[in-house]
Amino acid sequence: MNPSPTSASQTAAAVRSKARSALSVVEEHLAVIGQSEEEICAFNIVTADKARSRAAQIDAQIAQGHNPGPLAGVPVAIKDNLCTKGIPTTCSSRILEGWEPPYDATAVELLCGAGAVIIGKTNMDEFAMGSSTENSAFRPTRNPQDTSKVPGGSSGGSAAAVAAGFAPIALGTDTGGSIRQPAALCGVVGVKPTYGRVSRYGLIAFASSLDQIGPFANTVADAALVTDVIAQFDSRDSTSISQPVADVLPTLDHGVAGVRIGVIKELGGKGIAPDVAARCDQAIGALESAGAKVGQASVPSAGYGLSAYYLIAPAEASSNLARFDGVRYGLRVDAKSTPEMNIATRSAGFGEEVKRRIMLGTYALSSGYYDAYYAKAQKVRTLIIADFAKAWEDFDLLLSPTSPTTAFSLGERTADPMAMYMSDVCTVPVNLTGQAAMSVPYGCGQDGLPVGVQILAPALGEPLMFRAAAVLEASLG
Amino acid sequence: MSQQGLESTGDGVAAEAEWETVIGLEVHAELATQTKLFSASPNRFGGEPNTHIDPVSLGLPGALPVLNQKAVELAIRVGLALNCTVQPSVFARKNYFYPDMPKNFQTSQYDRPINTDGWLELASGKRVGIERAHLEEDTGKTTHIGGGGRIHEAGYSLVDYNRAGVPLIEIVGRPELRSAEEARQYVSELRGILVAVGASDGKMEEGSLRVDCNVSVRPVGSETLGTRCEIKNVNSLRSMARAITYEANRQIKLLSNGEPVVQQTRHWDESDGRTHALRSKEEDYDYRYFPEPDLLPLEPSLDWVEQIRQALPPLPRDRRSKLAELLPSANAASVAVVVERGMDTLVTDAIGAGGVAQRVHNHVVHNLADGVGCLLADALAELTQMEEAKELTSTQAKKVLEALVAEGGAPRQLATGMGFEAMAVEQLEALLDELLATYPAEWQRFCDGDAKLTGFFVGQAMKSTQGKADGKALTQLLNSRRSS
Repeated sequence: MNPSPTSASQTAAAVRSKARSALSVVEEHLAVIGQSEEEICAFNIVTADKARSRAAQIDAQIAQGHNPGPLAGVPVAIKDNLCTKGIPTTCSSRILEGWEPPYDATAVELLCGAGAVIIGKTNMDEFAMGSSTENSAFRPTRNPQDTSKVPGGSSGGSAAAVAAGFAPIALGTDTGGSIRQPAALCGVVGVKPTYGRVSRYGLIAFASSLDQIGPFANTVADAALVTDVIAQFDSRDSTSISQPVADVLPTLDHGVAGVRIGVIKELGGKGIAPDVAARCDQAIGALESAGAKVGQASVPSAGYGLSAYYLIAPAEASSNLARFDGVRYGLRVDAKSTPEMNIATRSAGFGEEVKRRIMLGTYALSSGYYDAYYAKAQKVRTLIIADFAKAWEDFDLLLSPTSPTTAFSLGERTADPMAMYMSDVCTVPVNLTGQAAMSVPYGCGQDGLPVGVQILAPALGEPLMFRAAAVLEASLG
Repeated sequence: MSQQGLESTGDGVAAEAEWETVIGLEVHAELATQTKLFSASPNRFGGEPNTHIDPVSLGLPGALPVLNQKAVELAIRVGLALNCTVQPSVFARKNYFYPDMPKNFQTSQYDRPINTDGWLELASGKRVGIERAHLEEDTGKTTHIGGGGRIHEAGYSLVDYNRAGVPLIEIVGRPELRSAEEARQYVSELRGILVAVGASDGKMEEGSLRVDCNVSVRPVGSETLGTRCEIKNVNSLRSMARAITYEANRQIKLLSNGEPVVQQTRHWDESDGRTHALRSKEEDYDYRYFPEPDLLPLEPSLDWVEQIRQALPPLPRDRRSKLAELLPSANAASVAVVVERGMDTLVTDAIGAGGVAQRVHNHVVHNLADGVGCLLADALAELTQMEEAKELTSTQAKKVLEALVAEGGAPRQLATGMGFEAMAVEQLEALLDELLATYPAEWQRFCDGDAKLTGFFVGQAMKSTQGKADGKALTQLLNSRRSS
């Protein structure tokens, strides 16, 4: 299948000018969902009725002369770990089945405030733990480019929804690559903004110091538009950045002439599929042609990122997920006493990968092991931050493949957690440093499946990062 | 210091002089903020269960903590009042499962507390080290129904999250207390400081002040600490002193019999007057502390800390010594009572307004235990002047004081309204004539040396004048009549 890509900004403009009604836009996307969602399984829930009445509301606003905002009438798919008031939010886990949050996540609130229409909640690896969306407790999502392949993960549902034309934009979350890797595998744009730029209020935490919300879109411009809408200071998130930051959209077409771009040595070569590496080389050529000064950058400790990540993220997760105990909300499996009820509920409610990571994290934080695991991982994290800081002395942007391979087959890596974890090797370092990064589709591999190129920027470097992304997108014609 | 304060235990084991008790106290005080430590729900005692709640204090998925600046200010006040170093600090998660903890971790401080290394001076002048005083959130309250009120055996459990997220300061004292009495003095002094700086209401009975006692014993002269037990559930100063005494004697008995003390958490049972094992060190939780990633490190500016220091109200110790100067003849304990009741300003102002120092002090100590109500310093001053001028008897003065507390006003007007005109000496003489005529036999016995009859005559005089007669003046008259 090959849905015609829709542009969010064009759609919003058409709705605002009454050339199209928001309702017709929603109906059109519901029709596409109706055609192929059964095969793709991008959604945990499609909120068709709510979307229709919200669209009608927007049309009414426009009829009264109001401007609903830059995303007027644009359908948006929301990853199911972002709280949506009155819409079930499950993290694709049995343990939260049936829970309806009493509030919207800040990012959701901002999107709706800009006129967007929630069309559904997307499937994901349970609690965002995974790289293929096969860890969903409900069912795996399939890659719209080839339904025998995974869409990547953990935000596989959101990436697939955009790639399949179910919605022009979607929100995902990225803890170790969970936006960028599925974006690469599905052939769409995916952005992980600087840590602290998008409020985490209402994001059900996996690893609080790494989690960041970001957009999926078919075009760099749409991704920029959504980034500008959701990257706002929020007093409800203590890690939210309060300093004012320039919007991305106004400088999107400023090009990369004279911009110093470093290709990260440690995230190339060994372990990267040759066809993926070849596409990256082409991307480098395109940036050079546009006037960028490209050189080789070295981040010596980047290779240790994965090891540090798989201690820090599970450690935080083991604590973040402790609240799911059957006492207050979600699943409860009754037993003789409260402690036994806690155990029965968590045993039944969490899947294998979630349990694996809770155990890993609990172990890493345990007395006697803390220094050897958690504390050492934090030292590695500090080292990686220092190495990147050095690289930023010589370069304005950095570049690497997003994923070592194109989309792999369903079931291919489920039996081998280590192979699955390796999918994140290029994306994880940026979560540890808090920097911005995004994946831009850049052609296909030998198998005809999309390849993503990752552009990395220093903290708050989104405007320049998007400029490079726009150059790459344009170079594909 | 040798063991002085031990009473005998219920087991009849006498204290043995060669043992020294070592006590370190951990005091939790709820901070007197309007809202919770990390959310906008009210910080208020009581209320219908689960009405002072919000997504943060319920630990709902996606909710995030935002630090209450007032709580930080109050914690800094406590730290400064306890002579601590106020330092950049880090919040940490203390992980363990219990249904009254909505997130199944408590946000606390661990290796970098906001206040560290201070001291508190007891009324005796002894300084007790303060290891740290850190910020943390309170838990909710669980009620286990059935199964003797224990979580594992209960039929079901009820949870109230009104208290969850209320800001606490945990003040960890060094093991430098040597008796139950010293421990009592320590908590009493600490409570006074917490109240004085406006950090807490200090109410043990409402649980806004809670004390855990670490108790060990060792041979007198020994430098090493013995194995300690931590006692929980002491709900008043009295029960704390009882619990410490019981526990020290329990440990002395064990050691005297050649048995080891096992490191345990023990529960004080008020009804049987004993401590009971709750869990041993091995069964203790591994809290898996790590830095709270949802909160930034707390770095109060030096300017702010200095501002707080400058604005710190006088502390009980200073207030006591200031008051003692005004009341040179009063004993230390009765001066301390005034400060404890927060009435030292009243006393100072009343004396400043011309009140009679000793009389002002007496009223505060003996007649104002339930508070000052509407009483103003000027009125108290005037009242004592009237007493001093013998315009009021002490009985009358007490009644006027009651009225001043209840409704305020001017003492002279109140006294007139109550008909408390002081009796002139001539009136007293006439009254006495009347009494001697009515009770000649009693008068004779009095003249023969039965001094007890003074009370009889004064009593009769009071009765016939409804308390208006001045007992002291009457006694003087009686004595002078007898000797004339």
